[in-house]
Parts: sequence; C-alpha cells; structure tokens
Amino acid sequence: MTHTDRKVRIWGRPLLYTSYAQDMALFDTRAKKLWCGGLVLFALALSQVLVDHTLELLATALVAAIGAIGLNLVTGYAGQVSLGHAFFLAIGAYTAAALSGDPAGRTLGFGVTNLLIWLPAAGLVAALAGVLVAPLATRLRGLYLAIVTLGLVFLGEHVFKEWDDLTGGPGVGRPAAAPELFGWRLDRPGPLGSREQQLYLLVLVVLVVFAVGARNLARSRIGRGFAAIRDRDIAAEVMGVPLTRYKVLAFGVSSFYAGCAGALLYTVSGGYFEAGSFSLLLSVQYIAMVLIGGVATVSGSIAGALFITLLSPVTRELPALLPFISGDSTQTPNVFQVETVLYGLLIIVFLVFEPRGLFGLWLRVRTYWKSWPFSY
Amino acid sequence: MSVLSVRDVGLSFAGVTAIDGVSFDVGPAELLAVIGPNGAGKTSIFNVLSGVYRPQRGSVRFLGQPILGLRPHRIAAMGLARTFQNVELFHNLTVLDNLMLGRHCHFRYGTPAALLWLGRARREELAARAKVEDIIDFLELAAWRRHPVRLLPYGIQKRVELGRALAMEPRLLLLDEPVAGMNLEETEDMARFVLDIRDELGIPLVLVDHDMGLVMDLADRVLVLDFGRQVALGTPAQVQRDPKVIEAYLGET
Ligand SMILES: Nc1ncnc2c1ncn2[C@@H]1O[C@H](COP(=O)(O)OP(=O)(O)OP(=O)(O)O)[C@@H](O)[C@H]1O
Ligand SMILES: [Mg+2]
Repeated sequence: MTHTDRKVRIWGRPLLYTSYAQDMALFDTRAKKLWCGGLVLFALALSQVLVDHTLELLATALVAAIGAIGLNLVTGYAGQVSLGHAFFLAIGAYTAAALSGDPAGRTLGFGVTNLLIWLPAAGLVAALAGVLVAPLATRLRGLYLAIVTLGLVFLGEHVFKEWDDLTGGPGVGRPAAAPELFGWRLDRPGPLGSREQQLYLLVLVVLVVFAVGARNLARSRIGRGFAAIRDRDIAAEVMGVPLTRYKVLAFGVSSFYAGCAGALLYTVSGGYFEAGSFSLLLSVQYIAMVLIGGVATVSGSIAGALFITLLSPVTRELPALLPFISGDSTQTPNVFQVETVLYGLLIIVFLVFEPRGLFGLWLRVRTYWKSWPFSY
Repeated sequence: MSVLSVRDVGLSFAGVTAIDGVSFDVGPAELLAVIGPNGAGKTSIFNVLSGVYRPQRGSVRFLGQPILGLRPHRIAAMGLARTFQNVELFHNLTVLDNLMLGRHCHFRYGTPAALLWLGRARREELAARAKVEDIIDFLELAAWRRHPVRLLPYGIQKRVELGRALAMEPRLLLLDEPVAGMNLEETEDMARFVLDIRDELGIPLVLVDHDMGLVMDLADRVLVLDFGRQVALGTPAQVQRDPKVIEAYLGET
C-alpha cells in the first residue's frame, strides 16, 4: 500500500505493477497500449490509402461495431439474451432521420441536421425504448426473453411498414440522417477529403469514444454488477446489486449504443434506407457478431462486426460464381438465405470449437507466441 | 443492544414447515452457532434474514430496523453479508472482481462517471481496491488474485466467498457451512479466520455447521433446531448437557 501513489514502471520488468492505479488502468500493459494506439493509427492511415467504395464498407463495419458493443453489453456482459436489437437500431435510425430530415420533404423532417443533436437524441430515444422493454427481462429469462424481444422486431417491422409518413413506406424508403457539424456537411467532399473519407473518419472517432466508454463501464461497479446478475442473480442481489435496476440499465445502455449505431448506419452506407431493413436477419447478424467476435469483450465485438460486415460483399458475389443461387430475394435459394445459413453455421462452429470467439483465437495466438518455443 | 433480533419467525412452503417459531438475538461481537439435522431449517433462516424468503409470521430487526419484506439488496446495503452452503460465486469473474463486487454497496458514483472513468469513479475504485487487497492479505488469497474462480479448488472458493462477504464491511456476517467438504487443514484455517473476524474485526457472526467439534469450540452460544423448531439455545456447555438436544440431535449419532 505504500506504493499506491508511485507511478514509476521499473525498466526491464514491463509487467511489474507498482501501484493499483497502474494495475487498474484501461491499458494495463504497455503491449496493450501500443497495440491499441497502433490500430487507431492504422485505421486513420486506411482513410488515405483505400478507395472510396472500400472505405464506405469499412465505415459501415465500424458503425456495426458500435451496435455490436451495445448488444454485447446487454447479452454478453449482463446475460440478457436479446433478439430485439434490430428494433432499437431502427428507432435510432428513424429518430435521427426524422430530426435531420427536410421539413418540406416527402417524409417527416424537423431540419435539425446538427449531428451533435441528432446522434445523442437517437441514442436517448432508443434507450428510452430499451428502458420500457427492460421490465420484461425482470420477469422472463433465457429463451423466453429471447422470444419476447423477437416479438419487438416483428412489431417494429409492422409499424414501420404502415407508418409511411415516417419511413417513406415499404419499397420506397427515406433519406438517412444528414451529418452536419456547424455548417460543415460531412457527406459532401470537404476539407478532410471525399464523402467516404470524411464519414469514415467521423465514425472512427465515434467508435473509439463508444468503445472506451464500454470498456470503462465494464470495469466499473456497473460492469461487475452486470456480470453478477448474469452469473448468479440471487447471489448478486444478496451482495447488494439491485436486479431490476441493473437489468433496466443494461437494456438502456445497450439500446443507447444501438440507437446511435442505427442513426449512423445508413448515413454512412448509401444515405437512404427502407422500412424492410430492420428484420430478424439484422438482429441475427448482430448476435453473430457478438458470438463470433467474443462474448463480453469490447475488442471481440469490433472484430465480430468487421468480420460479419466484410463477409457480406463476399457472399453477394455468390450468384456470379454459383448460378443456382439467386441474387433476388423473391427466389429460392437466394444470397440472403445463404447468408442466414452461413451465420448460423459460423455461430455453431464457434460455439463448439472456440466459445470465446475471435477474441479467444487471438488469446491463443498470443499465448503461443509468449511461450514459444515451449509448448506450454 | 443486540445487532439482530428474531422473534417467533415461521416459514412454510406449500405444506412443508421449514421454520416454526424461532426466536433469538445476536449481540455485538458474538458468534452464534446454529445446528440441527439435515432439513432442520438452518439455511431457510439465513434466506429469511437476507431477504430471499419472506416468512408468513414473526419479525426480524437488524440494527434496530425491521427488515422483513425488504429486497435482498436493501438488506445487504444495511450491512448484512452472508455466504452460501453451495458456493455461489460469480464464476467467470476473477477473485479480485468477486471481492470488488462485494463492495458494490459502498460505491457512490453513477453510470456517467463509470463511462468516463473520471474523478469520482476512479478514486472510489482505487480506494476499494486498497480495501480489497487488505482482505486478500487477511485471507491469504494473494496467489489466486487473478484466477477466474471457477478454476479454483473448492476450499479456496469457500475462502473467496468469505472474502466477498467481508468486502461488504458487514455489521453482521452469516456463514452457511463454511467448512463443509473441507479437509482438516482447510478447516483449521477457516476456524482461525472466523475467530479473527470476531475478535479482530469485531464483526458478529451466525455460523451454521455440522462439524460439532468446530461449533462447540468457536461458538459463544448455540441454537439447536429440529424440524424447524427451536430445541435449545445456550452456551455450548449448556446445550451439550440438554437432554432434549441429546435426544433430537446428538443422540442420533
Ligand atoms: N425453496 C424451497 N421450496 C420448498 N421447500 C423448501 C425450500 N427451501 C427449503 N425447503 C424445505 O425446508 C426445510 C428446511 O430446509 P433447509 O434448507 O433450511 O434445511 P437445512 O437445515 O439448511 O439443511 P441442511 O443441513 O441439509 O443444509 C426442508 O424440508 C426443505 O425441503
Ligand atoms: Mg442448509
């Protein structure tokens, strides 16, 4: 305890901690600090080397990562299985689109294009929806909760199909939120480069902020409370964790992440979206990101989101290679069905062979190199 | 003034009477043992005290306040800590995190501070960590600090559970069979910890165990239950001489 305030790191022994502050820091080892710093620099550099089309895809993946972190908070950390993530993404997407929409346009719009307003607003409205749904989680658990949250997706799909004024109607759609920062439109070529470059940099910053927030939350009393209600709810309560409040909080925070992700998703990819986008398939995609990336890890959520998002352009090439697979969703078998089956297979393969997901694979590689040339 | 006072508590489950009119007090820095054959209602009493079960009759006061009907987390926040008969640790968390969780009620910072890890959150976490390290020293858990508890041997898990309860800085500690399934050495370690908790930390305890040697050695007073009824309550010497106890409990063996 005498060392609590010393912040020296003794040279040659990088893993020796000399204070609790050092031990409890976000990047508790120098290697982690270097890795994360390096990755962010690498991601920044990509904005200069990649072509716009690839950047757009990558930006979509980064937005998906925000949503995946959100799902991981409620399902991975707090253990509340939710199939309703698409619903919260939709709420975020429509809140942002409506707020920033053209007041004179065909669909609902309030003309508030400042991204610093519509982004948090989208998160908050989705969080509110999450908080309203959460009491279900205090009565239901496991499979039952999964089924009820699945119901949300169907409910949402129906409402969005009917509410033409907001969504533009099925098959038509509406423009996504317009990203403007104090008069500077990020979705038009500007000081930071092309539309894609600017949007990519924007979502990279947002992702870093959200990822750091989630990591902080996970290592705080709140993250421990989530893990406690996941592992043993009765014991958690007896240790002083209020069950209901923590489940509500988990859904709230998770939906906030989903709402922000939903708000940015279509701004980044295409700038236009349609009521049918928020189907069960979208929820399943996010479940796959979490399970494949790594349950209850932030870096895993990001890896999973990259993996799943970058997989889809690959599968979209299938009709060209395998003529019996159709690119049209009205025919069978089509690419979308193939994708769903592929997600299912990937989830099963990971659950059976590496339940810790991509994060677990990374741990294995790291341990291997650390102990090399010894096999244990 | 007594820390805990239980008056005429009765609890039944669809026809099964688990507790039938039990009354006792726990004084400051007292170690009360509760013994009785299997199914006598010992664990049920703990569940009533910690708010997991709600009895049909009776009253319970903890630090002068009535606690029946309060949610478990409220009772925990008042300073009542317990361990479980079958270890109920958070299996995916490390020893350190399990103990930090024990301090849950002592944190004041909220979600925004947690997201930013600023000022208050950081300060409170660091202070909590220092307290938790004291407990790790006290229970000699340093070697296991970073291990997920599910990988630890049973005896160590029991000790971690005790540590998690101690981390709550309780005003009263309930231990449900802390030495069940332990070997002699582990039992002796645990006995030493229990005595230190009462004598050095000054925390009153209620201890349930089947190990008669341990109970008679450690306890200040002993409560004997049989089929949910209170058979005797007194010092170890009094209880051992009581013919009703010999008949109901010690006589069997
Ligand atoms: N949740 C419950 N539902 C139904 N019956 C219960 C429940 N909990 C306890 N009982 C019953 O209450 C009685 C007392 O059980 P309890 O667990 O308190 O006994 P115990 O003294 O702790 O026994 P042991 O020494 O085996 O731990 C038993 O008959 C038991 O079956
Ligand atoms: Mg018992």
